[in-house]
Amino acid sequence: MNTKFQFPKALEDALRRINPSTSRRNFLASSGALVLSLGIGSVPGARVLAQALDGPYPDPDFLQLDTWIIIHPDNTATFFVGKTDGGQGTGTAFRQMMCDELDMAYEQTRLVMGSSDTTPDQGGSGGSDAIETDGWPMRRVAAEARRVLLELGAERLKTPVTELTVSNGIISSLKDATKSVNYAELVGGQRFDVTLTGRNVNATTGTAAVKPVKEMRVIGKPIQRYDIPAKVDGSLTWAVDMKVPGMLHARNVRPPVAGASLRSIDETSVASIAGFVQVVSRGNYVAVVCEREEQAIQAAQQLKAEWIPPAQAPFPASNDLFNYIRSAIPTSSSDPRLTGDPTAAFTSAVQVLEAEYDMPFQGHTAIGPAFALADPSNNQMTIYSNDMKSYGLRNGVAQFLDLPRDRVRVVYMDGPQVYGRTASDDVGFEAAFLANELGRPVRVQWMRHEETAWDTKGPAYAFKLRGGLDTNGTLVALEYEARAIDYNHIGYNEPDTVLIAQLMGRRPERTAAGAAAMPSVMYGIPNLLLAGHVVSLPMAWETPLRTGNLRDPDGPQVTFAFEGFIDELAAAAGRDPAEFRLELLEASLEDDTFRRARSLAVLRSAVEAYGGWDNRPAPKPQQPGPIQSGRGIAYTSRSNTVVAVIADVEVNRDTGHVWVKRLVCAHDCGLAINPMGLKHTVECGMLHGISRALWEEVQFDNEKVTSVDWVSHPSLRHSDTPEAIDIVLVNGDPNPDRPDLPHYGAGETSHKPLIAAVANAIYDATGVRLRRAPFRKERVLEALQTART
Amino acid sequence: MSVVSLNVNGAVHEVDIDPSTPLLYVLRNDLGLRGPRFGCGLGQCGSCTVIIGGVAVRSCQLPVVAVSGEVTTLEGLAQNGILHPLQQAWIDEQVPQCGYCQNGQIMTAKALLDRNSKPTDAEIREGMEGALCRCMTYFRIQAAIKRVVNGPELVQEKDQQNDLEAAV
Repeated sequence: MNTKFQFPKALEDALRRINPSTSRRNFLASSGALVLSLGIGSVPGARVLAQALDGPYPDPDFLQLDTWIIIHPDNTATFFVGKTDGGQGTGTAFRQMMCDELDMAYEQTRLVMGSSDTTPDQGGSGGSDAIETDGWPMRRVAAEARRVLLELGAERLKTPVTELTVSNGIISSLKDATKSVNYAELVGGQRFDVTLTGRNVNATTGTAAVKPVKEMRVIGKPIQRYDIPAKVDGSLTWAVDMKVPGMLHARNVRPPVAGASLRSIDETSVASIAGFVQVVSRGNYVAVVCEREEQAIQAAQQLKAEWIPPAQAPFPASNDLFNYIRSAIPTSSSDPRLTGDPTAAFTSAVQVLEAEYDMPFQGHTAIGPAFALADPSNNQMTIYSNDMKSYGLRNGVAQFLDLPRDRVRVVYMDGPQVYGRTASDDVGFEAAFLANELGRPVRVQWMRHEETAWDTKGPAYAFKLRGGLDTNGTLVALEYEARAIDYNHIGYNEPDTVLIAQLMGRRPERTAAGAAAMPSVMYGIPNLLLAGHVVSLPMAWETPLRTGNLRDPDGPQVTFAFEGFIDELAAAAGRDPAEFRLELLEASLEDDTFRRARSLAVLRSAVEAYGGWDNRPAPKPQQPGPIQSGRGIAYTSRSNTVVAVIADVEVNRDTGHVWVKRLVCAHDCGLAINPMGLKHTVECGMLHGISRALWEEVQFDNEKVTSVDWVSHPSLRHSDTPEAIDIVLVNGDPNPDRPDLPHYGAGETSHKPLIAAVANAIYDATGVRLRRAPFRKERVLEALQTART
Repeated sequence: MSVVSLNVNGAVHEVDIDPSTPLLYVLRNDLGLRGPRFGCGLGQCGSCTVIIGGVAVRSCQLPVVAVSGEVTTLEGLAQNGILHPLQQAWIDEQVPQCGYCQNGQIMTAKALLDRNSKPTDAEIREGMEGALCRCMTYFRIQAAIKRVVNGPELVQEKDQQNDLEAAV
């Protein structure tokens, strides 16, 4: 995270290249001296890094223990992992996991993340898999380092390993307290030279076993995140802060309407701007390059260019979107999933409900627009970036510019949040392209309107649901049909699908097929049909409505419809919505990973934590005055993580304004590495869900996106923040035969059920069911007025 | 171009620059400061906030020539190596996720408390309204401000104790 932590490994690698004759056993020690002398200077760390290294940049070998762990002469350790942390505390959690396996105190260690030349390629971040998947090889290599150190210690102390104990990196004899040796005395400043095994990075292992949970000392502790102090005192060097000698500034000029073709550019319109360097264009990609940042911004605003609009409208206007989706012929359909005989069950049902739900396109709209700095000096390409998938950016840029992979590296640094936006890091490719064209370092940052209009979008969905209840009010049949605009879902840093490649006309012959997501149904519904279709827009390429991964890419949409409809069924059955769900879970047969039992546990825990949950059906009886209060519950899972959320809302009948006043969440992601960091992630995931429930929507006419800033694209603000948030970490694995509770992911699960919980709470408060998000006050007011008449 | 004199965090700098240049780019690119950041360039999000004459100002919108008075940036809040109470509260409450907006949050909170040392919850919400966070750390930001206003609450210590008890 903090770039100064990149010094030791990066410089020792540099030293090895500068002086290849340095013996493997001692160069670490000499590089330690070099680190010290450079560390004293006032030059920002990353700048020294940039000048010290000139490539080539071979892949760090994940099968070498030295790639992952270095023990320093002062008996501290540095861990190197191939993940990125957008502020959810995974770096701190990884450190805790590795400390425990290595038997070192947290304070004795540091962690370096995500740069393609210094850390093993673990793919960067995505899919909430950091703790669940990538934490395992980290634990295993740390356990292996401990095993190797114990063997070395046994040799040094002339004591069998079985008679040794380790604490804080000090090995001591169980029988003779005077006999001890620390890790540094064994390998400090030297290499382990231990080869690991494993067919891929996730399978990396030594021969040591990882520890059982009961022996863990650092895991489970609420340790403060190491990256926070530098983020609040102004000392952190962010990716956007990087400067290299001779650096130029660029800004993009996007087509004024989607699908427009560039006819001509009048370079004289900007030539008189001080510091103007060049206009670069290729196909429909256009950028201006200047000496200074504000000059590039001015030039991009001022550049005169002639564009030819497309013959056909690229998409319908957002007001017509859902009519369009419902009337379109799908471009593909997935095989329906069928359980039982829904048709027959509907025939015998005493009550049949039907409903349609609509979810618009929603964007990432990161607080900091996309950024990259590319430096082509020394016949290589270094990209300073906050790309969450930095390794993919490195590979993609190498292909895009036809450079050998080992001449390209990505230096990962902190940047704005990463919920999938930088999985396809358009700006990294743009900076590299411009740097390659100009032969000088080029810094690019998108402008606000560009980021909000042209970032990748979460797919829009239209849903149709039908449910049947029997005489007891039991759900006996359910049909779910989703239509997603997810044609040409963008890939991960692909050199032919990033925006610049699309605009240059360099793209694959076929679009990606995409798919409409299904709910992961844990409920026991005897007769069930799930169907999904993909609908395409007229324009698949060069469009600002590019779909990509946005925080659990389809989960919030699907859960809004599914958990909203379950709530409708509970109300129709005259049942309490929590009790209705508990009974559906109890009726479930599925229990491969004890998700059913754990799901029941989170639902019960949420209700208990809520306090005073009265068993009653929704809606609540109408209340006097304009403010109507209500509660809404929703449950969901993602992978093996299960969550139940209750939202308390206040709806103003006169204005339509909705305030989510309180949130209660029960969350089970298995073993909690850092309960404090976990609660932080769960909390912010929920608030992001509120923002999507109440505010966020991509709006467009039939040629361009019209929601382009924080006025036209509102987001949750301070005034609408809940006044209370209660999070219960359930972490209960009911399997008594499994002593080790696995650690599952938590980055997205709590985000997923929020839109449903808010809609269900609005219904409870008002008796009005909102099936089209977001629930901005105008839409709510209209629905309330319609219901009254 | 013309030479503009700027007092930033107590030090006077002379910069030869187009006087219409927004202050943000001078702070970042000429003076090497890293607190204020580009978020929107429209004065809508607060990421670029600095304090001038006790007022939180959006530096992305302010021509450098129009600056009068000392500019305080995030880097200027700590005194003699001691963090400002707001910065310490931001650590105690573990406020940031990505942290990109937090310059604006802290600087806006500083200006708020400088003019009203005992704001109510409603006044905190109102005073912070213009500072956007897309990681959605609002609840923690408000908790950190209340920590400075009221002192650390028992309930938070209890919460930490719960975390410890949740530890395996």
